[in-house]
Amino acid sequence: MEATIDKKYTFKDFASDQEVRWCPGCDDYVILRSMQKALPEMGVNKEDVVFISGIGCSSRFPYYIDSYGMHSIHGRAAAISSGVKLANPDLSVWMITGDGDSLAIGGNHFIHLLRRNLDINVILFNNEIYGLTKGQFSPTSLIGQKTKSSPYGNTQPPFHPGELALGAQARFFARLGGNSPKEMTALFVEAQKFKGTSLIEILQNCVIFNDGCFTQFTDKNVKEDKQLFLEHGKPMIFGKERDKGMVLNGLKLEVRTIGEEGITEQDILVHDAKCEDNTLHQMLVKLQYPLATGVIRSYQDTTFEEREEALNQEVKSHSSFSKVDELFFSGETYEVK
Amino acid sequence: MNLNNIEPMDKEIESLSAVVIRFVGDSGDGMQLTGTQFTDTSAMFGNDVATFPNYPAEIRAPQGSLYGVSGFQVHIGSVEISTPGDDLDLLVAMNPAGLKTNFASVKPGHTIIVDIDSFTKKNLQKAEYESNPLEDGSLENYRLIEVSMTSMTKEALKDLGLDNKSITRSKNMFALGIVYWMYNRDMNYTLNFFDEKFKYKPTVAEANAKVLRAGYYYAETLELIPNAYKIAPSTMPKGTYRIINGNMATAWGFLAAAEKAGLELFLGSYPITPATDILHELVKHKNFGVKAFQAEDEIAGVTSSIGAAFAGDLAITTTSGPGLALKGEAIGLALMTELPLVIVNVQRGGPSTGLPTKTEQSDLLQAMYGRNGESPVIVIAASTPADCFDYAYEAAKLTLEHMTPVILLTDGYIANGSEPWKIKSINDMADIKHRQITAASESWHPYDRDNDTLSRNWAVPGSPGLEHRVGGLEKDKITGNVSYVPDNHEYMTNIRAEKVKRVENNIPDLKAEYHEEGDLLVIGWGGTYGSLHSAVRSLSTDDQKIGHAHFYYLNPFPKNTHEVLSRFKKVVVCELNKGQLAFILRGKYPDIDFIQYNKVMGLPFSVTDLVAKFNNIIKED
Repeated sequence: MEATIDKKYTFKDFASDQEVRWCPGCDDYVILRSMQKALPEMGVNKEDVVFISGIGCSSRFPYYIDSYGMHSIHGRAAAISSGVKLANPDLSVWMITGDGDSLAIGGNHFIHLLRRNLDINVILFNNEIYGLTKGQFSPTSLIGQKTKSSPYGNTQPPFHPGELALGAQARFFARLGGNSPKEMTALFVEAQKFKGTSLIEILQNCVIFNDGCFTQFTDKNVKEDKQLFLEHGKPMIFGKERDKGMVLNGLKLEVRTIGEEGITEQDILVHDAKCEDNTLHQMLVKLQYPLATGVIRSYQDTTFEEREEALNQEVKSHSSFSKVDELFFSGETYEVK
Repeated sequence: MNLNNIEPMDKEIESLSAVVIRFVGDSGDGMQLTGTQFTDTSAMFGNDVATFPNYPAEIRAPQGSLYGVSGFQVHIGSVEISTPGDDLDLLVAMNPAGLKTNFASVKPGHTIIVDIDSFTKKNLQKAEYESNPLEDGSLENYRLIEVSMTSMTKEALKDLGLDNKSITRSKNMFALGIVYWMYNRDMNYTLNFFDEKFKYKPTVAEANAKVLRAGYYYAETLELIPNAYKIAPSTMPKGTYRIINGNMATAWGFLAAAEKAGLELFLGSYPITPATDILHELVKHKNFGVKAFQAEDEIAGVTSSIGAAFAGDLAITTTSGPGLALKGEAIGLALMTELPLVIVNVQRGGPSTGLPTKTEQSDLLQAMYGRNGESPVIVIAASTPADCFDYAYEAAKLTLEHMTPVILLTDGYIANGSEPWKIKSINDMADIKHRQITAASESWHPYDRDNDTLSRNWAVPGSPGLEHRVGGLEKDKITGNVSYVPDNHEYMTNIRAEKVKRVENNIPDLKAEYHEEGDLLVIGWGGTYGSLHSAVRSLSTDDQKIGHAHFYYLNPFPKNTHEVLSRFKKVVVCELNKGQLAFILRGKYPDIDFIQYNKVMGLPFSVTDLVAKFNNIIKED
């Protein structure tokens, strides 16, 4: 969509009159504020923005954005968003979902949305727990995690959302900690500019039922040492001292210290988010140390609606019917006199 | 060639008003094509027609097996034809299994044509025959015509260099050729059909044409088969017609509604028997801007449609009973958000997977009540293949004008059956006044309502100033914001029910045909119209006042329903289920005694059975 925007917005233009009802201290507030800041930067008209959510804490999100929105039913936001986008490809469609909504009950719609590659932006709030139903394990909960439905520890191995998404042919995948508002705002704008399904996983802390589950990566004291913030075309360097980097050793991504064992910056891998082959992206999403954040994959491909539109034009150019009467009275008709 | 027990019939050409013919064979024998060709040719000739394809769920069941038999029945007449008929005047059986499963439907003394080449020991065993029925006297009450169809087909095609499989596959055209000659049909329609269908395979076109002619000339040459029957053209109203089946008529009804309403049509659907042909048809029409989206499952079918409806399209989803069960929660979302949505349920035998290729009317209660919460929706039903067009159009009109979901019920019988359709121009269709708005005053609210219909406005994304949120949580009665206020929930529950009730102001009265008052009122709904109509027509006289009232509108009922019901001494409700409409009627009109007549065999009513039943009811006191 090439927006010809005739209005200047501020974040207030996108704040609805509804009182926000998340728990105090929830990362959801950060995400909401980042979105309200990002929307004026996107070059889209307010009336063209649509937020669709499923069910879960995160899915209240559309009520708090002053645009068009639908808080739908559990797991189905991907299919509803697809319908909105297919009906009107000019809209900027945002899908708000969580680890339960999209990786459990809505798993089927989620993978098919990614496979088809509609131009929809998806924000997956991953808190590794069910919040709204008050504390059961989710498909991203860790093995051994004690929750209300796993009092002796979870026995179901978790999904890694990035791995699942790349397996479903995601063209755009990014990950961020829930406490990174500045990067988040920029990422939302980037997702809007990307043509195709953009999936952003936010590691969102649930202060009530799974507090601190991401602290080991996201705490501001360890963040720089534990996260590899990826940028396309830049070397994969991280650490407070910017002295750690990634190298490929056989089929493994490994951490090396620049200046040790003869390693120089030249030896460090340069991030290519835009390549079609997602092998390295797969390795990055699975890394535990450091945790890869930022835009891991951003491969520009034809969108579903572009394929459909091309086909529509082709069929139209060959069809002899433009009105239904022409169809109804065509072919094998006969007269009764 | 063996003709046994033929009564000496003096008929060079006998004029009949109607005949019923059934073609049966293996599911790969091309019986559906044979039947369709005979139907189309007869319609072109000016007959009224009705068809009933009856085929197994297996795509290619084991050859020669009893459960692999595929049949196509067609009723042609110079009089009005309402059903595909009960008993057969002619059965064409391509193998022993087809004969065994169908000969009991042939009227005694009438004709059975068999391909004698298929009556081998092996095939007789597969059909579980202990002795050859052609030889053991079990068919002596029928007029049996034995034809070596397979070998004559081979002979006719020996010079074309086709493989054995392709040759044997053409034998259905030999049978069709014989029947064309017997009923004075012109072969040209089918010959043209071959040329068109096999444009790029001229040898196949030639082979089919050769075998068709071979069958035709064989029947002509051998005087043993008399040129016995002549079905004159019928006296249907003047106009331009085409043969249409229910699924195609449904698809076209939506095309017409979208054009009339000035909206784009969106279909979200997942393949399911017997509804898939609606998807097949609509996906062709990108030229009309149709967006037909084959989704990943039934739920995505309906929810993508809800998304499209929110964004301003005329949105529909098509399915059968199991799919309707999966869509239930989403239909609740559509009614809570008060968006327009049509759900088509082409019913089949249930429960669970049930009988996918057979017909039943057992989803009425599911359509009415199959959702959580107080969730009334509009429910209407089509009654014949051709009127699927009208009711698809009507479903679209009602959902757009009343802003609440509509479930349209058809069934496998009318979806696959075909009949002549007097083509309707879009200019003859009622206007559709949808509620879409793109601008409003400052005081506008998303849940503001029309005073008469109570339907809300349909503000679509892209319209400046109308930004709003909807969702599955209970809505405040004006703003549409989330509300847990107790009084508001009760108010909104009542509003959603009242909205559906007020549809009664926008639909026609219930009509009793033949008699408007009298001894017995026969009630039905949906695809049983033809059978009930035929039975009542044959029984109703000035002395015996039998009426037929057919329900097209099941929720809400027409306003005059009670009045019509109370004008008859007795009321019988006939359904292909265990009494679902009767159950609803009893709850609504407890003062009326409803007799039931039900059948759940995966088959339509037999007119003969209905007549017997109605006679009994009238006699009982």
